[in-house]
Amino acid sequence: MTDDLTGNPPKPDTTGLNIVVCIKQVPDSAQIRVHPVTNTIMRQGVPTIINPYDLYALEEALRLRDQYGGAVTVLCMGPPMAEDALRRALGLGADRAVLITDRRFAGSDTLATSFALATALTTIAQDRPIDIVFTGKQTIDGDTAQVGPGIARRLGLNQLTYVSAIDSIDLGKRELVVRRRAEGGVQVLQSRLPCLITVMEGINDLRRGSIQDLLRAARADVTVWSAEQAGVTNPMMCGLRGSPTVVKKVFAPSPRSEPAEMVTTEAKRPAQVAEAVLDLLFARNPKLEADLAARKGA
Amino acid sequence: MSEHFDAIVVGAGPSGNAAAYTMAKAGLSVLQIDRGEYPGSKNVQGAILYADALERIIPDFREDAPLERHVVEQRIWMLDDRAHTGTHYRSDDFNEARPNRYTILRAQFDKWFSKKVREAGALVITETTVTGLVRNEAGAVIGVQTDREGGPVFARVVVLAEGVNGLVAQRAGLRPELKPNHVALAVKETHFLSEEKVQERFNLAGEDDGVVIEVLGTVTSGMVGTGFLYTNKESISIGVGCLVSDYAETGMAPYELLDRFKRHPSVAPLLRGSEMKEYVAHLIPEGGYNAIPKLTGDGWLIVGDAGQFVNAVHREGSNLAMTTGRMAAEAIIALRKADLPVSEANLKIYRDALAESFVMQDMKKYRHLPATLEKNRDALFGAYPRALSSALQTLFRVDGTAKRDKEKQMLGIVKKSRGSWWAVATDMFKVARAWR
Ligand SMILES: Cc1cc2nc3c(=O)[nH]c(=O)nc-3n(C[C@H](O)[C@H](O)[C@H](O)COP(=O)(O)OP(=O)(O)OC[C@H]3O[C@@H](n4cnc5c(N)ncnc54)[C@H](O)[C@@H]3O)c2cc1C
Ligand SMILES: Cc1cc2nc3c(=O)[nH]c(=O)nc-3n(C[C@H](O)[C@H](O)[C@H](O)COP(=O)(O)OP(=O)(O)OC[C@H]3O[C@@H](n4cnc5c(N)ncnc54)[C@H](O)[C@@H]3O)c2cc1C
Repeated sequence: MTDDLTGNPPKPDTTGLNIVVCIKQVPDSAQIRVHPVTNTIMRQGVPTIINPYDLYALEEALRLRDQYGGAVTVLCMGPPMAEDALRRALGLGADRAVLITDRRFAGSDTLATSFALATALTTIAQDRPIDIVFTGKQTIDGDTAQVGPGIARRLGLNQLTYVSAIDSIDLGKRELVVRRRAEGGVQVLQSRLPCLITVMEGINDLRRGSIQDLLRAARADVTVWSAEQAGVTNPMMCGLRGSPTVVKKVFAPSPRSEPAEMVTTEAKRPAQVAEAVLDLLFARNPKLEADLAARKGA
Repeated sequence: MSEHFDAIVVGAGPSGNAAAYTMAKAGLSVLQIDRGEYPGSKNVQGAILYADALERIIPDFREDAPLERHVVEQRIWMLDDRAHTGTHYRSDDFNEARPNRYTILRAQFDKWFSKKVREAGALVITETTVTGLVRNEAGAVIGVQTDREGGPVFARVVVLAEGVNGLVAQRAGLRPELKPNHVALAVKETHFLSEEKVQERFNLAGEDDGVVIEVLGTVTSGMVGTGFLYTNKESISIGVGCLVSDYAETGMAPYELLDRFKRHPSVAPLLRGSEMKEYVAHLIPEGGYNAIPKLTGDGWLIVGDAGQFVNAVHREGSNLAMTTGRMAAEAIIALRKADLPVSEANLKIYRDALAESFVMQDMKKYRHLPATLEKNRDALFGAYPRALSSALQTLFRVDGTAKRDKEKQMLGIVKKSRGSWWAVATDMFKVARAWR
């Protein structure tokens, strides 16, 4: 992707595939902390990342675009700071970014989330019909894997979930073939376009955008829509009010109480080392030794 | 097609942000590149923010900058293994409308500063490492090479705000490799403690009031270095740092020092019941004035830690970083307006601005101190702290000894710590001279 002389983003291709990738900004799970007093997740100050599964979806979309032409739009529902995630996606090579953000979206469960995203997708499709909607398999914070199917259902799209490879696309026939991980094996599925694909981890290797991609992303405007601008006409379907799921309680699992212990021994032979470890285990838990002896005797 | 900017800033710490912000605000086209996942993601500071330096760049920063507490009390502690001798200075004057010092959390602060830089109009790109400088036939720097595809990016000037390691400048032959006795390695932990507990333990009236403690003495186990303990809103930052050359010589590990510091009887009660949230390590340039590298050349200049701008005695670094960043920007803006090339000769205005400001004057004032501390390490970081503690204990313990005898004992302790009064006098003279 190169900039033209004005530094404006290149005009999206009107041929080829029109792809939208839904990405969610999530707290970096490696750095999540639970407030020791209130027991709630401390989101403030915790670095955020793009949901890792969504990155695979984005890369898959970019590969299809690079191969068949077209444009990739990234779509996110979240607070204003979710713009960071979208800008990052632009830096990876996406052509356009849309953030839908509104107080009325706050507290959305999966039903309300898929409603809001589906509505925004319909609005995006007014410019040009969408060929493929990508989502990740699931998120690392909500973990439900419901949003993708929820969108597909609302938009009447064929849904291809847990996809581990896209084998081929026939733009003339408007058909594609994918591999889907299923219990007990791999299914090879053929579907019509348009469709919705939820992507497995490890399906591809994520690219690093070029310096030009990053410059373009830094300059690009992220399209920001309120609920109304996204096309929502019934706010009762959004946010807390549109969410039948009630979170009754959030709690931190109690940390494991037993500290690790280092076993030191002068022994050289493996059997002696093992014995040293066993000695300590038996010393801590005498019942274990008795049980073992009983079993040996039996 | 390659891009061309008025200036490229390498690094998004306080020095780079100050430079990028000031230049963008003046209408220059600025590209700032940082290798972190987001600006400041790996940056470390104690951290005390000195308002004055930032105020000269963003006058109304207090409106939205993420500040923890303003400092109402400064403590300085001299530790031996079981005691601390200290001074506390607290004044209600520090509860002013525009407080002078704040504690901050750098990750949040750097993010905020970076947002300001973007709003001022600079392009900021992250997760990108500058790998080298691009020069023209005459040897002038005309751009940077990065670890991404797409070729070099060009600019009239490259501002090296890359922090203490200064690898870009070093690789380009602009400065020598860091010497182990010119850098300290500091380790720091952030401990969660509820707002109420912080206030209670440090005797603070409000949720915005804070205490900072600078610590000297055996906390560094005889190595050249210091410790610190700062109060944040609902956490405590605690750390210790020593010269890299001293770690190498003693074989001590930084985390051992920090563990001992945390267990010290004067410190442990302040941390009791807290939960460790973060552990970080970072280098601090402590070579002082004599370690400052060449700061300017054709098409490049150095600001912040990369130029060794840290006043270790007063624990000032970020303010020198911001001030040097601002001054570099002002010089570049002046040259741009006059349509003059950013040559080494023309960058004299930057060197002059530094020389006239507190930055170089303070660096110069303490130029002999690093060597003095290093040479008299055992006395200053071991013998004296112990002697001070034991002399004071002799004074305060009431045990039937006559006061005149106590005084004799105390003097004896001090003398014995160094073998003779001559040695003590020499030490004092050396330190006083280096301080002047
Ligand atoms: C126990 C629990 C408690 C919760 N509590 C709250 C709460 O108190 N308040 C609150 O606001 N939320 C809460 N949520 C979050 C909310 O219900 C979900 O995060 C949200 O509806 C999306 O579901 P998910 O994260 O499980 O996504 P999944 O269905 O796992 O996501 C699948 C894919 O859908 C796409 N996607 C999902 N969300 C978005 C999005 N926002 N934008 C773009 N694409 C997206 C991504 O491609 C993702 O990979 C809670 C969730 C759970 C499970
Ligand atoms: C433990 C500790 C406590 C401290 N306490 C205080 C204090 O209380 N008060 C105070 O004022 N100062 C303190 N300092 C000093 C202060 O942190 C530094 O002086 C200050 O951060 C210097 O700012 P800088 O912008 O020059 O460098 P840095 O903050 O180090 O920023 C350099 C930036 O450059 C980026 N970078 C480096 N190389 C490249 C490359 N090749 N390509 C792209 N990007 C690159 C890095 O990612 C980084 O973001 C402390 C330091 C430490 C370690």
